[in-house]
Amino acid sequence: MNDATALLTLSALLFTIGAVGVLVRRNAIVVFMCVELMLNATNLAFVTFARVNGNLDGQIAAFFVMVVAAAEVVVGLSIIVAIFRTRRSASVDDASLLKY
Amino acid sequence: MLETSAADGVLALGWLLVAVPLASAVVLLVGGRRTDPIGHILGTLAPLVSFVIGVVMFVALLGREEAERGAGQRLFTWIDVGGFSVDMGVRFDQLSALFVLLITGVGSLIHIYSIGYMAHDPNRRRFFAFLNLFVAAMLTLVLADDYLVLFLGWEGVGLASYLLIGFWQERWSAAVAAKKAFVVNRVGDLGMALGVMLMFATFGTSSFAGVAAGMPATSDLVATVLGLLLLLAAAGKSAQVPLQSWLLDAMEGPTPVSALIHAATMVTAGVYLVVRSGYVYAQSEIASTAVVIVGLVTLLVGATIGCAKDDIKKVLAGSTMSQIGYMMLAAGLGPAGYAFAIFHLLTHGFFKANMFLGAGSVMHAMDDDVDMRHYGALSRAMPVTFATFAMGYLAIIGFPGFSGFWSKDRIIEAAFADNIVVGLGALLGAGITAFYMTRLMLMTFFSQRRWEDGVKPHESPLSMTGPLVVLAALSVVGGVLILGGWIVDWLEPLTGPEPEHAFGFPAWLMTVAVTVVVIAGVGVAWALFGARPVERVPRARVSPVTRAARRDLYGDALNETVFMRPGQRLTRSLVQVDDRGIDGSVTGLAALVSGTSGQARRTQTGYVRSYALAMLAGALLVVLSLLAVTLT
Amino acid sequence: MSLPRLVSAVSFPWLTVLGALPLAGAVLLAVLPRRTGAEAAKLVGFGVALLTLVLALIMLTRFEVGEGGFQLVEQYEWISAIGATYSLGVDGIGLTLILLTTILSPVVLLASWRDGHEGRWSVNAYVAWMLALEGLAIGVFAATDVFLFYVLFEATLIPVYFLIGGFGGPRRSYAAVKFLLFSLFGGLLMLASVIGLYVVSARAGDPSYLLTTLRELPMQEWTGRLLFLGFFVAFAIKAPMWPVHTWLPDAAAQATPGTSVLLVSVLDKVGTFGMIRFCLQLFPEASQWASPVVIALAVFSVLYGALLAVGQDDIRRLVAYTSVSHFGFIVLGIFAFTTQSGSGSTFYMFNHGLSTAALFLLTGFLVARHGSPFISDFGGVQKVAPVLAGLLLVAGLSSLSLPGLSPFVSEFLVLAGTFTTSVTAAVLATLGIVLAALYILLMYQRTMTGPLRADNERIRDLRAFEVLALAPVFLLIVGLGFYPQPMLDVINPAVATVYEQVGVSDPVPDVPVTTAEEVP
Repeated sequence: MNDATALLTLSALLFTIGAVGVLVRRNAIVVFMCVELMLNATNLAFVTFARVNGNLDGQIAAFFVMVVAAAEVVVGLSIIVAIFRTRRSASVDDASLLKY
Repeated sequence: MLETSAADGVLALGWLLVAVPLASAVVLLVGGRRTDPIGHILGTLAPLVSFVIGVVMFVALLGREEAERGAGQRLFTWIDVGGFSVDMGVRFDQLSALFVLLITGVGSLIHIYSIGYMAHDPNRRRFFAFLNLFVAAMLTLVLADDYLVLFLGWEGVGLASYLLIGFWQERWSAAVAAKKAFVVNRVGDLGMALGVMLMFATFGTSSFAGVAAGMPATSDLVATVLGLLLLLAAAGKSAQVPLQSWLLDAMEGPTPVSALIHAATMVTAGVYLVVRSGYVYAQSEIASTAVVIVGLVTLLVGATIGCAKDDIKKVLAGSTMSQIGYMMLAAGLGPAGYAFAIFHLLTHGFFKANMFLGAGSVMHAMDDDVDMRHYGALSRAMPVTFATFAMGYLAIIGFPGFSGFWSKDRIIEAAFADNIVVGLGALLGAGITAFYMTRLMLMTFFSQRRWEDGVKPHESPLSMTGPLVVLAALSVVGGVLILGGWIVDWLEPLTGPEPEHAFGFPAWLMTVAVTVVVIAGVGVAWALFGARPVERVPRARVSPVTRAARRDLYGDALNETVFMRPGQRLTRSLVQVDDRGIDGSVTGLAALVSGTSGQARRTQTGYVRSYALAMLAGALLVVLSLLAVTLT
Repeated sequence: MSLPRLVSAVSFPWLTVLGALPLAGAVLLAVLPRRTGAEAAKLVGFGVALLTLVLALIMLTRFEVGEGGFQLVEQYEWISAIGATYSLGVDGIGLTLILLTTILSPVVLLASWRDGHEGRWSVNAYVAWMLALEGLAIGVFAATDVFLFYVLFEATLIPVYFLIGGFGGPRRSYAAVKFLLFSLFGGLLMLASVIGLYVVSARAGDPSYLLTTLRELPMQEWTGRLLFLGFFVAFAIKAPMWPVHTWLPDAAAQATPGTSVLLVSVLDKVGTFGMIRFCLQLFPEASQWASPVVIALAVFSVLYGALLAVGQDDIRRLVAYTSVSHFGFIVLGIFAFTTQSGSGSTFYMFNHGLSTAALFLLTGFLVARHGSPFISDFGGVQKVAPVLAGLLLVAGLSSLSLPGLSPFVSEFLVLAGTFTTSVTAAVLATLGIVLAALYILLMYQRTMTGPLRADNERIRDLRAFEVLALAPVFLLIVGLGFYPQPMLDVINPAVATVYEQVGVSDPVPDVPVTTAEEVP
């Protein structure tokens, strides 16, 4: 097992943990953190590939992801706070108004 | 057969005959209540003017050579499409001239009569407008030189008849009777319309001259179908079996209407049509035989109904059916009978109009009671009405010397010459006619008083008795038309020569036979209604024949069970089919779509997790399919 | 960018101006400030419609009667990539229908002076949509480019949708959506055929949507048939024919009388007009292939519509079903392939427009005065409203084709023409005249005659302006009944040209009678 394989396996593991977390957890904050975990898992993969390929493309992509993730955190957290203020709960299941 | 020569001089005024009453009708209808004061004056002047023009034109026609008596005039092109062209034209020939005189002459008298009869009706102006409309339409019918133009007049008189039967439309019965008359007539018109179409398809034209010219070259089948279609039309308009049912109901109209439209003129239009289309029936034995049969059956049916009715107008209506049956029968005999059909039509126009107006006079005196069982002994109270009615009575039963004697006698004679059964039927009809007319006379003017309380019969005003006197005189002397065989010779260029009688009876023997039968009919009536008092309430226990006759021989019942009820069921079920079935399938489809989407909508739970799961599933699917593609 | 290229020399774009005038009026009404009030809006609307009528009458004088081809032609490039052009032109058929549109619009606007107040939007909007409909309808009847026709055909749905949905009875939304869905369904089928035509013409060389070019295209048998079906179904829905007629009774029962008139008298004519203009001219082979089925459907529509009319209690639904019956006659005449029946059908479109307009407006007056549309709620109205009753009777008689009124001429021509090619169809359709007498006279008898019902006592007779609005319609019905030839002279050459292109000729009579001697 070389470095790259280990790193990619870690990335996949982290992504899976994140995905499962999004699917099973109810607390909006935790879900949110799981989303971040997934993003960072992809970042790890990007950086790994940059290293394997010997160019900077993957690292640049990782920076883009970080910027987008930062922006997302701003919007996402403010939505969660707004929901918490009105519903006194951070559970995503309570915010199921947007349905049929 | 149908030579036409230019209509010049006064003969070119044919259009004015129609235009005058039509203009009067339009003025009175569009003018509305403002024309109320002049309604009856203008309305009466119009047919009088037409009558004067008609007389002048008739004299001019008399002055022409026999070969040039078919005066034709083309006014304008009505319809011209592709190979189909119909001209609005006027054809004033021997046949139409007689009709013009009958329509405008008797029509004028009836207009004058109506001034008095309708004096107290708030809608008298409208009544006169409708009468004028009728006169205009009827004149169009007889002056047309094309079947489609004839059809214009044909439906025009139907409309006028509808309006006038339903004149007192606050009464349900009147409104229903009017509608019935129109609808039944429309069934007849079906024949007319299809007939014109067949003419167009066969000859490329529907003008009299064109059809007459093409007829000899056409196949027997076409001739027969055409003849039967025209017979259907004639049966509708002339209330012949099987389309007879409307005429009895039509008596809901004011009595002058019954006299003019449902006795003297409109109902005889069918006879006119058959005589006019002689060249069609000449080609088809079947069709002309059908005309004879229809005439014979109606003759007996009408007479039978006339025997059982207590309503004076319905007796006369049954009688009208029966007399038109005579005409139809004569017309079916071909050239042997055409002239007699027209002759009887004219004399019948005189005496039946006379009797209807007389009946109107009686009703006027009896507070609009029509039940003869409430009459009796009116000869003293109403001497003029009685005397004039008696003239009509003597004419219709064929009292020697009176007009009906000449005309009916000749028809019966011609019938015997054609076929012994037909002849016997016609003879029997004469006997029944004598019976029911005598019954009417006795119940109305003789026997004992059976008046309702408070009824004080009085003679009618001069405007009503005047026309009665004139019509009575015509009923007496109408027979002069046959003097020296004039009417036969006059019509011969149109009807073709009368064939020699093949029948061996001498004419005098015929006359004797008819007279004997008539005397028998009168005698039976006297025994039943003259020699003993008349009951005020009709007897309930009567023979099945009488019961059937009281119900118009079940004509209405038949129509109801065969057409009306199933028709209503059909419409009702079709409405259901349309709402539930056809529209239902569309709305059902809509409901299915919205139902399905309603179910599909349920997947939108609003739980973020389920959306995320769906995304994951989608992503997995994409990945797996990619893998599957690369692996294979 | 170059200016639109003028293909044919035209001194004055009559048709464009004629169509644009009402549209401009609609825009004007839309921007008119609300405070000017409803009366001002109606006056403007009526004025514009009247002006359009005057313009149409002037245009009539420029029309060469007796020519079969298109006249007053205008043609500009539009979307050259697909060969679509802005081409207008009229022959006798189009002109007849444009005349009908321009005559009925002012009539409707004047007669519905009191309508549109209970709508979802202001009276301004009501009048504006009416004018927009008039303008678009003129465009539809004048378009000689298939693509332009399609665009305008679909565009007419917009005003009608808002007119029904915004200003009708309690179930107006249902009726409006139903109308829209039926029409869109047909429109989409037609769109498929329009695209198909592009494919065919592009394969043959230059893509073009010009009617005159498309007519000459060679087309494979089944291609033509399928494209024909797309057009035909759209037109059959519009006409409407059985079994796609069910939107009409609902629309007519819910819309205001004015909307019903424009819908049934004018817009539905697009269906039958389209059959002559597009189905017959573009797909002659397919038209002949389909004619037996179409004739059967038409005859069925005649009888079915009439029978259902007999069974209706809602007076407006009754009129709608009579129209189904009458449209059956029109379609029958078109597909009977004789000049008599074709001219009769075209004339029938005009006459049916008049008589149905009169019926819808009069029944509308009646319903507005009493509040109930049900025949069973009336009785003896003639006593209190004789003028209304009289006019209703005349309108009814024209609907049952009484000779002397103009519908008779057209109905007879249709039947006589049909008789020469299909006796069975003609005989069955003729049965319709008995049913027509039944449904009209039953309706008249139940509403107008008999003893006056107590709750009918306050129905007042027609007002002067209502009579004035209807007067031209009745004058035309009576006038053309006795002297239809001027109209027929306009229609005949166009119809003859169409059938020439289809490649059918009138059957020759069995026993042709050489013209009977001329009577001076």
